Amino acid sequence: MHTKRRALAVSAAVAATAIALSGCAGAGGGGQEEGDVTLTLATVSNPQMKDMEELKGAFEEDNPGIKVNFVQMEEGDLRAAVTADVASKAGQYDIVTVGAYEVPQWGALGWLKDLTPALEADEDYDVDDLLEPVREAISVDGKQYAVPFYGESSILMYNKEMFDAAGLTMPNEPTWQEVAEFAKALNSPETAGICLRGKPGWGDLFAPLTTVVQTFGGTWYDEDWNAKVDAPEFTEAVNFYVDLLADAGEKDPVSHSFTECLNLLSSGKAAMWYDASVAASILEDPETSEVAGQMGYAHAPTYKTEESGWLWSWNLAIPETTKNAEAATEFVKWATSKEYQQLVGETLGWTRVPPGARNSTYEIPEYKEAAAAFAPITLDVMNSVNPVQPGLNPQPWVGIQYVTIPEFQDVGNQVAQLVADAIAGRTTVEAALSEGQKIAQVAGDKQK
Amino acid sequence: MTTTTTITTPDGSESGVLPPAIAPTSKRKARVARGLVFPALFISIALTQIPFLVTIVVSFLNWNQLRPDATSFAGLSNYIAVFTTGDFLEALIATVTITGSSVILALLFGLGFALLLDRKFMGQGIVRTLMITPFLVMPAAAALIWKYSMLDVNVGMINVGLNAIGLPSVSFNTDLPVVTIIMLMTWQFTPFFMLILLAGLQSQSKEVLEAASVDGAGPIRTFQFMTLPHLRQYIEIAILLGGIMMLQMFDPIAIMTKGTGGTKTLPYLLYERAFIGLDIGQAAAFGVITVVITIGAASLALRSLFKVFVEGEVRDA
Repeated sequence: MHTKRRALAVSAAVAATAIALSGCAGAGGGGQEEGDVTLTLATVSNPQMKDMEELKGAFEEDNPGIKVNFVQMEEGDLRAAVTADVASKAGQYDIVTVGAYEVPQWGALGWLKDLTPALEADEDYDVDDLLEPVREAISVDGKQYAVPFYGESSILMYNKEMFDAAGLTMPNEPTWQEVAEFAKALNSPETAGICLRGKPGWGDLFAPLTTVVQTFGGTWYDEDWNAKVDAPEFTEAVNFYVDLLADAGEKDPVSHSFTECLNLLSSGKAAMWYDASVAASILEDPETSEVAGQMGYAHAPTYKTEESGWLWSWNLAIPETTKNAEAATEFVKWATSKEYQQLVGETLGWTRVPPGARNSTYEIPEYKEAAAAFAPITLDVMNSVNPVQPGLNPQPWVGIQYVTIPEFQDVGNQVAQLVADAIAGRTTVEAALSEGQKIAQVAGDKQK
Repeated sequence: MTTTTTITTPDGSESGVLPPAIAPTSKRKARVARGLVFPALFISIALTQIPFLVTIVVSFLNWNQLRPDATSFAGLSNYIAVFTTGDFLEALIATVTITGSSVILALLFGLGFALLLDRKFMGQGIVRTLMITPFLVMPAAAALIWKYSMLDVNVGMINVGLNAIGLPSVSFNTDLPVVTIIMLMTWQFTPFFMLILLAGLQSQSKEVLEAASVDGAGPIRTFQFMTLPHLRQYIEIAILLGGIMMLQMFDPIAIMTKGTGGTKTLPYLLYERAFIGLDIGQAAAFGVITVVITIGAASLALRSLFKVFVEGEVRDA
């Protein structure tokens, strides 16, 4: 009995070692013939990501032995799943899509692989073609922890026919004061002068509002992480925003965010809209929009700064815990390459090319033609925003419409709820922001 | 453990003292019964009590999901935060206001509709099914329907209706968040109250009502002195179950008001602390306090207010 058992144990140990050894060989990249690799990619279920899944066959054809498996999730679920996976070192995902807000945080925590060497080593990939501000926002101390799949800024969209009818002309780089005048002139019982997000949430109301705060000279935190929410500049900006909504904004602002404003604009019920640049491609689609071809686009309105657009990107990153880093890097490079953009354009249509990641996208003749109305201004704005210092004063984080600390989504949400009360007239802006200051300071103290 | 020892020893020796036919078999039955119940009991304890114990432990930790390196013992600081930030009291007031008003309104509407449906008329079945529908719609779907097709400031049916009779549109979400949520919850839960009360009405003996009318009681007096006392138990059950369900309502707040203007109820507050704040420790402390308060309030209500659950008391007043 005993000897038999021992023999079994020995042979099991031998087998285990053999498996481990062959595993090492695979990871070292020695054997291309042996063992197929299946990459698991966790991603948000946005249309551009679905396009990627549709086209993954081309990658699998070029890279025999690598299969890619897509797991589509809502943004909140994705964050929870990836956080749990990385924190517990389970290694379930080989590639994840991460927003610009989280890349620097996760990178600094050591959760994501530093992709700088792999990207710079590959000349065909042309890493310098990536938009500089986007790249800056997803790097920490010169280490790039992700690759942008697509990016966006914020622009002012306006209905040219309404402007012509009223005899008004929109400058290419308007100020907020000009925009407020236009909004009041164009506001009527049927059409709102301007649509602005009022739905409470750090990614809803505070995405545009933070850019307004910055161009008014305010900021969330100074260089020493002291909260500046009740500072005069912050207050002036929020008062301006709230007044503009009351004077010439859409009705029921607390219900309105991106989707709701998009509905208003595309049915011709609002004259202007300050929001994400990706909206332009939807407004120009004659199948869904009644105002296709009537729209004009201008830079984000400013006050004290040169430029005031925000910066967002959805990026592909590789968790430290993956066991297939090499294959994952190959896929990440493929999905963000120039060839991929050609592939999307040729097979799915040129308006579906993921925008805002590469300068060369805007040199593709077919894309330039398909996106003529908004492509030049998008590229222009995205290259001129400065995520290192978007406001008047230096800030201790890189990012425009968000603060890259874990507490920010909570702080942003709570202050947004307070501001929503001010929008509804239940409290004053000053009272709301002095509450908000306390909430923001608690989070700021944790960074010190 | 104890049952096995007591049963094996007395089996033959003490047959004269104990009635032998009953004791061993009933004990054996009890043992079998316990054996059958234990696995289920164990699983239900494991599934309900262990997570709660874990929650209590977690509530004493500094634990933010995005700061895994900074997890540490926090002492009572999470509990202190619960009471010092003022969120909790506000949420408690919001929960009581919203749930209380919705329960009362749904009860009144439910009673009215139940009385109407208790009569015989053409198409009674169809009307009853239609009346139940709001309760069958998923809360999230109901909230979306209300947000976009009913309350939208431009194209919502209620605002279009208001405009048609010459009144201005109402910005429900912005100006009347609490009313909006109460309205939606009343709409959704009225059928539930109606169903329970209808069952109560239909179980009322027709002879009693006939006797009352022979004695000269009008419909109002019959309702007040015959129907209402009969319905009391049904009303209590409806309030209890409806109240429990409404306490947990989260969807309309998450979809419509986002917790502004006095609509941040306890479920929404807990969600916000855990999934927006990512502060697991503080969220756990909020959860523990909520459970303690709920247990306290529920046992108080069950003991004193609800006759159905008071043992030994005469039921008919």
